[in-house]
Amino acid sequence: MNALLTVHQLEVSYGGIQAVKGIDLSIGRGELVALIGANGAGKSSTLKALSGLLKPRAGRIEYDGAEITGKPAYHLVRHGLAMVPEGRGVFPRLTVAENLAMGAYIHHDKAAIARDFERAYALFPRLAERRTQPAGTLSGGEQQMLAMARALMCRPRLLLLDEPSMGLAPLMVQKIFETVRAVAAEGVTMLLVEQNARLALETCDRGYVMESGAIVLADNAKTLLSSPQVRQAYLGE
Amino acid sequence: MSASAPWRRVAWVVIALLLLAAPFLIEILFGRTWVRITDVALLFIMLALGLNIVVGFAGLLDLGYIAFFAVGAYCYALLASPQLGMHWPFLVLLPLGAMVAAVFGILLGAPTLRLRGDYLAIVTLGFGEIIRVLLNNLNRPVNITNGPQGITLIDPLQIGGFSLAQTHSFAGLTFTALHNYYFVFLACAVLSIIISRRLEDSRIGRAWVAIREDELAAASMGINTRNMKLLAFAMGATFGGVAGGLFASFQGFISPESFHLIDSIMVLCMVVLGGMGNVAGVVLGAVLLTVLPEALRYIGPLQQRWFGEVFIDPSDLRMLLFGLALVLMMLFRPSGIWPARRRKAEENHAAG
Repeated sequence: MNALLTVHQLEVSYGGIQAVKGIDLSIGRGELVALIGANGAGKSSTLKALSGLLKPRAGRIEYDGAEITGKPAYHLVRHGLAMVPEGRGVFPRLTVAENLAMGAYIHHDKAAIARDFERAYALFPRLAERRTQPAGTLSGGEQQMLAMARALMCRPRLLLLDEPSMGLAPLMVQKIFETVRAVAAEGVTMLLVEQNARLALETCDRGYVMESGAIVLADNAKTLLSSPQVRQAYLGE
Repeated sequence: MSASAPWRRVAWVVIALLLLAAPFLIEILFGRTWVRITDVALLFIMLALGLNIVVGFAGLLDLGYIAFFAVGAYCYALLASPQLGMHWPFLVLLPLGAMVAAVFGILLGAPTLRLRGDYLAIVTLGFGEIIRVLLNNLNRPVNITNGPQGITLIDPLQIGGFSLAQTHSFAGLTFTALHNYYFVFLACAVLSIIISRRLEDSRIGRAWVAIREDELAAASMGINTRNMKLLAFAMGATFGGVAGGLFASFQGFISPESFHLIDSIMVLCMVVLGGMGNVAGVVLGAVLLTVLPEALRYIGPLQQRWFGEVFIDPSDLRMLLFGLALVLMMLFRPSGIWPARRRKAEENHAAG
């Protein structure tokens, strides 16, 4: 398989606590991969290390054939590796349109940026209605949409999504996952970190299960969904 | 809107003429003291605009900003006074002061990159004090700054053979030193306003906004947050350094006494009171907070005239009224007198 991202023996620590204890994973081009696990399993730390927001303690990350271990986030974004941070991280005082414009920070071609705006509004009609409204006044679900739309503005090839369903009403969660599928359909490779294991596995092609800093299971999403271990621990059966 | 464009131009011409005539009008109406106060107000506009870059644009709370003013002032004073026996020309010293201040800005910025809010405020406060204490004590064993006595006989600004300290006559008008400095300061203040406005609308300005709003998200937009924060510190310090050099030449004397914590806080008040992030508001804040304390001095003579005696010492009352004005302002206009569009929008949404 021609992998877009390969992670080898990644370790991440916060202060003295080792959050990620040497994990391996890989994501192929065009794949939609889920990383599931309980609170504190090390999912977000993994994602932060992949996106360059956190320096890994050890290990090797390869993206698009080049080593990117420890490279800062602003550098990776320029190479198409973007992330939607946990808790959405929209700019609350900027309007929806200004948030999207910020997403296109690394691009200079006005015409292409205008097309990106159109694509974002087509994908999220709700945002088009609210384009002049400050992002802080949007509902949680709308903010999540905005965060995803904004990440798409930098034209990512690999999008890392951190807990998109966090704190959202069930109906909104369904909607967010619909948009995840829609974005994937546009050819964007995605790594989805989720606590909502069922939805994540139903949406993705493959999945990794993380437990206290290590990957304990890795398989096709369908296989994982029917695995007794996953069913018991994460699907509440 | 098409009809308003010519009027707008007329308004700008009127404002420009008023600014040019201001020192003469002020001298006739209020006396020489007020021309000096106007000159100082222009310096504070520069300072407040510099701090606005750091606090207003990039959202980094800096409580030691006056240190850059001090660095600029001492840079000029040391190289253009008998203190070290050097008399470099001002056209060299001003850019040099700006550069040295920018270096100090980066020196302050680099170790504080991970800090925000309260923690950053404390470190910057400490930095401001370090600079002042250094200036106070760098007179032994080798006398560099002349310690608490300060530096005297600083060269006035001299452009070509034209000394700003001397009185010149031109077109039937008498230009005293205060008038000369007014025009130089005005030019610098206008330049500061233009630079601030251009920065605000630039890519750099947008990056600062993003950092102010959410640093983590800014980094994931591809913004090099480290460099952008350092740039904000350096740019802000540059404004302070230039203002400091002008201040030293204008006063002819400087000492560490002029660069206390209260002065940092005063500049911060100008930014916050005027309208953080909004260039016009910051200018207004700087003018008001320079003029207001001076105007309140007249309370003494007024008491004398109305009641026949002075009940309350004006210097006590001055700070009291000043404090009261600040509290009232923050109660009734929390985003400043002339808030930035964005903050105002947020306030309206919070209310509605």
